[in-house]
Amino acid sequence: MQTAKNDIISKLQTDILRLQGFKQERGNNSLDAGLGTIIKSFPNSTFPVGCIHEFLSQKKEDATATTGFVAGLINSLMLNSGAALWISSSRTLFPPALKAFGIQPDRFIFIDLKRERDVLWAMDEALKCGALSVVVGEMQNISFMESRRLQLAVEQSQVTGFILRNNLNKVNTTACVSRWNITSLPSEEIENLPGIGFPKWKVELLKVRNGKPGTWNMQWMNGKFAPIYRAPVITHLERKQAG
Amino acid sequence: MAKRFVSIWFRHLTTDWFTVRQPELKDVPFVLRAPSRGRMLIMASNEIAERKGAKVGMALADARAVLPELQALDYKPELIDDLLKRIAEWSIRFTPVVALDPPDGILLDVTGCSHLWGGDESYLNDIVNKFNSHGYGVSVAIADTIGVAWGVARFGKQSHVVPEDMHFNALLPLPPQALRVEPVVVDRLHKLGLRQVKQFINMPRASLRRRFGQHFMMRLNQAIGLDIEVLEPIEPIEPYQERLPCMEPISTLTGIEIALNKLLEALCFRLREDQKGLRTAIFKCYRIDGKVEQITIGTHRPSHYVKHLFKLFENKLSTIEPALGIELFVLEAPKVEDHLSQQEAMWEETGRLEDPRISELIDRIAGKVGSEAIHRYLPDEHYWPERSFKLATSLDEKPTTTWRSDKPRPLQILKIPERIEVTAPIPDYPPMLFIYKGKRHAIVKADGPERIEQEWWLQQGQHRDYYRVEDEEGSRYWLFRLGHYHDKTYQWFIHGFFA
Repeated sequence: MQTAKNDIISKLQTDILRLQGFKQERGNNSLDAGLGTIIKSFPNSTFPVGCIHEFLSQKKEDATATTGFVAGLINSLMLNSGAALWISSSRTLFPPALKAFGIQPDRFIFIDLKRERDVLWAMDEALKCGALSVVVGEMQNISFMESRRLQLAVEQSQVTGFILRNNLNKVNTTACVSRWNITSLPSEEIENLPGIGFPKWKVELLKVRNGKPGTWNMQWMNGKFAPIYRAPVITHLERKQAG
Repeated sequence: MAKRFVSIWFRHLTTDWFTVRQPELKDVPFVLRAPSRGRMLIMASNEIAERKGAKVGMALADARAVLPELQALDYKPELIDDLLKRIAEWSIRFTPVVALDPPDGILLDVTGCSHLWGGDESYLNDIVNKFNSHGYGVSVAIADTIGVAWGVARFGKQSHVVPEDMHFNALLPLPPQALRVEPVVVDRLHKLGLRQVKQFINMPRASLRRRFGQHFMMRLNQAIGLDIEVLEPIEPIEPYQERLPCMEPISTLTGIEIALNKLLEALCFRLREDQKGLRTAIFKCYRIDGKVEQITIGTHRPSHYVKHLFKLFENKLSTIEPALGIELFVLEAPKVEDHLSQQEAMWEETGRLEDPRISELIDRIAGKVGSEAIHRYLPDEHYWPERSFKLATSLDEKPTTTWRSDKPRPLQILKIPERIEVTAPIPDYPPMLFIYKGKRHAIVKADGPERIEQEWWLQQGQHRDYYRVEDEEGSRYWLFRLGHYHDKTYQWFIHGFFA
């Protein structure tokens, strides 16, 4: 009786997701990007592709950590052969460093624009092009209307978009599927050797449509994500109860 | 195909120019004067003055004695070159190959052109009428060689249309001046009583050469067609060029669009046949008032896809001002590259860099924001961070070397390294703390140094010792010391941020 009920509920959940535009049939189950438990927070337990993800960061240091995390995601989205666009009006990305995240930097096309308004326009154009794997846009502000426009563009083309909102001053509602905040953490020593270890971040999934937000600690190790389980994981709920 | 040439001789080039600008000079005899050895010489005279005896080269005072009502204007030596060049550019409407023939003519290579006007006769008539309507008196001739066309235009008594293969006959009655030889040689020929080409053309070659020189022989051979004479076109001919002359001047956007589409289809067909694609294209519109409106597009990958190229032009079409109308459209592809079309199908569905949809997207973006905004990088064999990558020239360019990942490089880099305040304990040790933008960062962990020397063959200066450091908050930075610690002139900089 109980199992039958659960079956009905999970079926209804999938139906709701399908109606909301989350399709499972594209066979992207393979894309767990080594995210480990994070993947359970997403609808259908799969990283949503073909939609817009939003990353917030206040400081340059956090922006770099965010870029590292995004580069790791792009690595698994590009599958060694795709092409990606990086649209920005204030790019400080150092292309050769992408190699450390498994990306061939020459598969990236950088579009460096003068005005942020053009970034939005170029992003909208690029997201309509189904031949791209990923489009990354660096911008400070985006209104709900504008993010909705981008979301509509990807629904046709199934391109994944990442919006990196650096130097953030005002957080507003957007139509993006998820909202992340990545900050850097002190690295761990490798086998008690002095020096700096692998890049380590605190990954906060602040918001995800039809999923469960949470916080995790994570390393980038030997070309893939390595979630750290032994570190205390504070979930959103717990934090709420504590606060 | 037999070559055909037209020589256009402007009888009174400079004086006609003055008459066009000052119509009241039309019916008065006037000359252009220039000072020479303390007197005024006539440099050019108009038709009336010439008929009444004011010849070029006379002293102005002598001419005034013969012709008291003679008017004189100042001669402008720089005018001729400029004027001739402008006229030659304008004449591109008759044929793509136009060459200057100083001091007072132009030469056209009209091979295969005149049939568009319905024959040589009407072709020449059109040229003469067009020039006359602009106020320039011209004498025009068409022949199989440049030499004969030149001679007939200036000295021909009968028809100025020399039919194909008849140039030898046409040359016979001409005077020796018609051969474009030096005045000294002409004088010598006259002295010998040789006043027509037919009188000496059959003489033994060896004796002609001995008496009149190599230059004379060359001119003679060129006129007969034994030597090939090459024109130097004022505008180099693009191998991929399409032209569309219009019967009626076009002044509407729809008309221009149709013309552009037609030209693109013709050009792309040729490119496809040759397995080429264009990287840049220029669309030129020749207006009836003599101005040329043009728009240029560039692509990031060779393309011969009409729809895509049309889209690129479309954004810029509104900048064309047709004014009274456009009579000739020209589409050129100055830069073409190999492009194998059958490869397109293979990449249709895969999301790769080679996908034509990506280059079309990039072209679209470049069309709006300019192609300088678009960058793609390839690895370069330099350790110096700023030089470790180079700009790719196209989307297809493959890396010649691999991207290095053995040394840590920051994900974000400052365009120009910024000065920081640093406390460092002992030489060659990483700093203990640094102050960047007024914030104090205590360093907990550090790696380094990685010394990167200047490449002295490219740039002079001090080396950099790079340290990778992590502060107590867990942020990772890339710092370097410029110069040796013991030099006292060293400086610390922050150059980047690690993830």
